Amino acid sequence: MEIIKIGMAGTLESCDASVLVEPPGEGAPGLSLEIQCPDRRFAGHVERAVREALAEAGVASARVSVRDRSALDCTIRARVLAACNRASGKATS
Amino acid sequence: MIARLRRTMLFVPGNNPAMVKDAHIYGSDSIIFDLEDSVSPGEKDAARLLVRCSLEALDYGRTERVVRPNALDTPWAVADIQAMVAAGIDVVRLPKTETPGDIRQLEELVAEAERTSGRPAGSVRLMAALESPLAVINAYEIAKASPRMVAIALSAEDYVTCLKTTRSREGVELAEARGRIVIAAKAAGLMAIDTVFSDVADEEGFAREVALVKQMGFDGKSVINPNQIPVVHAAYLPRKEEVLKARRILQAAEEAEARGSGVTSLDGKMIDKPIVERARRVLELAGEA
Amino acid sequence: MMRKNLLRREIPEGMRPFEGAWSRDPGASRKLLSAGRPSKLLGSIEEAIRKSGLESGMTVSFHHHFREGDIVVNLVMEAVARLGLRDLTLASSSLTNVHAPLKDLCARGVIRRIYTSGLRGDLAEAVSRGLMDVPVVIHSHGGRARALLEGSLKPDVAFLGVPSCDRAGNARGWTGKSACGSLGYAMVDARVARSVVLLTDGLEEYPAVPASIGQDLVDWIVPVEAVGDPKRISAGATRMTRDPRELLIARRVVDAMEAAGVIREGFSFQTGSGGSSLAAVRFLRDRMLDLGVRASFALGGITSQTVKMHEEGLVGALFDVQSFDMEAGRSLGVNANHFEVDASFYANPGVRGSAVNLLDAVVLSALEVDTDFNVNVITGSDGVIRGASGGHCDTAAGSALTIVVAPLTRGRTASIVPSVDTIVTPGETVDLVVTDRGTAVNPRRPDLREALVKGGLALVDIEELAALAERITGRPDPVAHTDRIVGIVEYRDGTVIDVIRQIRE
Repeated sequence: MEIIKIGMAGTLESCDASVLVEPPGEGAPGLSLEIQCPDRRFAGHVERAVREALAEAGVASARVSVRDRSALDCTIRARVLAACNRASGKATS
Repeated sequence: MIARLRRTMLFVPGNNPAMVKDAHIYGSDSIIFDLEDSVSPGEKDAARLLVRCSLEALDYGRTERVVRPNALDTPWAVADIQAMVAAGIDVVRLPKTETPGDIRQLEELVAEAERTSGRPAGSVRLMAALESPLAVINAYEIAKASPRMVAIALSAEDYVTCLKTTRSREGVELAEARGRIVIAAKAAGLMAIDTVFSDVADEEGFAREVALVKQMGFDGKSVINPNQIPVVHAAYLPRKEEVLKARRILQAAEEAEARGSGVTSLDGKMIDKPIVERARRVLELAGEA
Repeated sequence: MMRKNLLRREIPEGMRPFEGAWSRDPGASRKLLSAGRPSKLLGSIEEAIRKSGLESGMTVSFHHHFREGDIVVNLVMEAVARLGLRDLTLASSSLTNVHAPLKDLCARGVIRRIYTSGLRGDLAEAVSRGLMDVPVVIHSHGGRARALLEGSLKPDVAFLGVPSCDRAGNARGWTGKSACGSLGYAMVDARVARSVVLLTDGLEEYPAVPASIGQDLVDWIVPVEAVGDPKRISAGATRMTRDPRELLIARRVVDAMEAAGVIREGFSFQTGSGGSSLAAVRFLRDRMLDLGVRASFALGGITSQTVKMHEEGLVGALFDVQSFDMEAGRSLGVNANHFEVDASFYANPGVRGSAVNLLDAVVLSALEVDTDFNVNVITGSDGVIRGASGGHCDTAAGSALTIVVAPLTRGRTASIVPSVDTIVTPGETVDLVVTDRGTAVNPRRPDLREALVKGGLALVDIEELAALAERITGRPDPVAHTDRIVGIVEYRDGTVIDVIRQIRE
């Protein structure tokens, strides 16, 4: 999937995560992740979930910013996939 | 085979992760993941993904998982149904069902989704939400429209608007619809589910409505707040004497079967199949299944 | 051998001769005042600090009855700092978010040691990150009372904010613009401190009786603008939660109490102030009405819910060590059987029979519970201090049935874990853990298990709950601590039950 514009999904409510996906920066191809996690003990989990979802969406090149509010892995997956769809122009909504 | 209980069907907004992940802890018989009225148009895609990912990852135990997709005449319906069937949903509850044709159309979409996702054909059941006078008139035909149908439900808000009246506490404007839906459901061998009660703070009013619809023959009620669940379950809880009698009936039936006898009697009355079924149901409602 | 005193009477050698009706005796621990009715009223806190004899290195004590509306601790400690005093030991019955300014005083060396039941907010976080050179001591309400009365904690000066007092020092808490209800924690300090200074914004005509603190214990009184912020001392009445999860837990608690046989004529109970605990009171009331049962007393932090039951005749007496809302304060002032009790009567393990020993049931909250039923109420799972020992381990030890409630997960944090971050209450005093995902009985209580099963309750093993929590949240990476100890957690008897280590950045 190619990221052609900004796509956002999710909220800052408790148990959710706000995900922003945008095209990669100039001269910085590949994935660049910025993750804010309220509980350091799960920072690793959140990053893993984000990377897995990006791989599932087939996104290899993008700037991704995640503000986590103690979301479960499945919520992170859902929000990342939704943001990617919206950033690729594929979303039907 | 005992039909599963549907005393309470808890509506959960499909785009709310906190509610979606915990929906089953309150002990309702079913959860309805809502992709329709509680999700704004701009968020339909996100809600669909959230419910799908949650269904795939989380264990909802014995709670029945139902989805209310968007209506068939919206751009989202097909994607909703495909995603939910693939994710393992148990029942699709179609909003704004007006005609048996709607159910047949839904059935086709569901069957196709079962095929593409490799689920056994017929594994997904259907429910119809009746929200207009025409829908109520067609209730029996809708109920009979597919072998996958398990229940028909009243959805009062839109229905009352169509009647050009308002909702009242006593609910007289719903009396006819409720009566017809119960009759249609039972004639077709389905469950009848009553509409939501929106005033969550009015505990007394809620309890009264539950008692009323239970007496009318409804098998359960849609609820929008977990605090409503114990009230409904308490109303459907059989009295102690009923439970004791049901145990005795089942025991007599089991003994008869062990003897190889087809019929038996208890307290001078013959116990035939319907009586045994009813006894089983009582024990299930009492939590002794 | 005989000698003559001032009145030329002969008295035996070796005894202290009379030297006049109003002489001073430097040997006494309390100074004898001179004749007349000298005023205890002072014009400023600074003057009180000087007159009390407070010097660097000494110990000062406070109470926390004004909760998040407290003004006294910050006010007094700022004055202490201004006077150049340093290396003080701060012994407050507890500290809350509002005491964040103390962070600065700690960093400057004005405060060197802290004894408290709890820490929250910025101050707590700073302590967790290594603010203090000397570890803070966390003790329970009963443990603090024990330490004060046995003399292992010796306040030199107690600065006690009171909503109402007269010019002789008779003070009480249920009246005045900063009314806070019971002064249960302050009462012990007033008994043992070398010097007692009252701060008040409600000076009354003499005599302001009945009084919680008697004039005989008070040395100085400083009238101030405000001792507390009425809007933050307490709510008017504690409202019952509508959170479905908390209500679910509360219902299960009362079902368990009934199955365990606790709800019988003349029983006693205490509940904490958390959402589920308070909701349990409401369901308990309904069950008591169904069963036609009355309680003999309720103990602890008293709320409007408990007051209502008392005024309805469902609870015979209220023993109040802390009034959580204005309703409780009002009731304390007017109801004959609503008694103010001090922290020692409440929970002191060092006396023969404090009130907690007579409890039939207590419902307590928890940050974490582990598979040995140990409870953590002081540090979050991220290792940061954010709670209080309070009466937790006291009531758990004293009560016949101890129920701990918690949602299985809070966000992505598991409440039931293999091992808690900090033990405050040992598992051997905890009988039952009730969560929204299941109820677990301590294996030490097979009798309780049998009663609950017979009562139709579904039970799970605590290990199952911990495993379920981990399945839901995922296994967290461990919290990084350094080796440095920043907090000592004392059990109610003064022994050390656990330590709190500095979190690693």
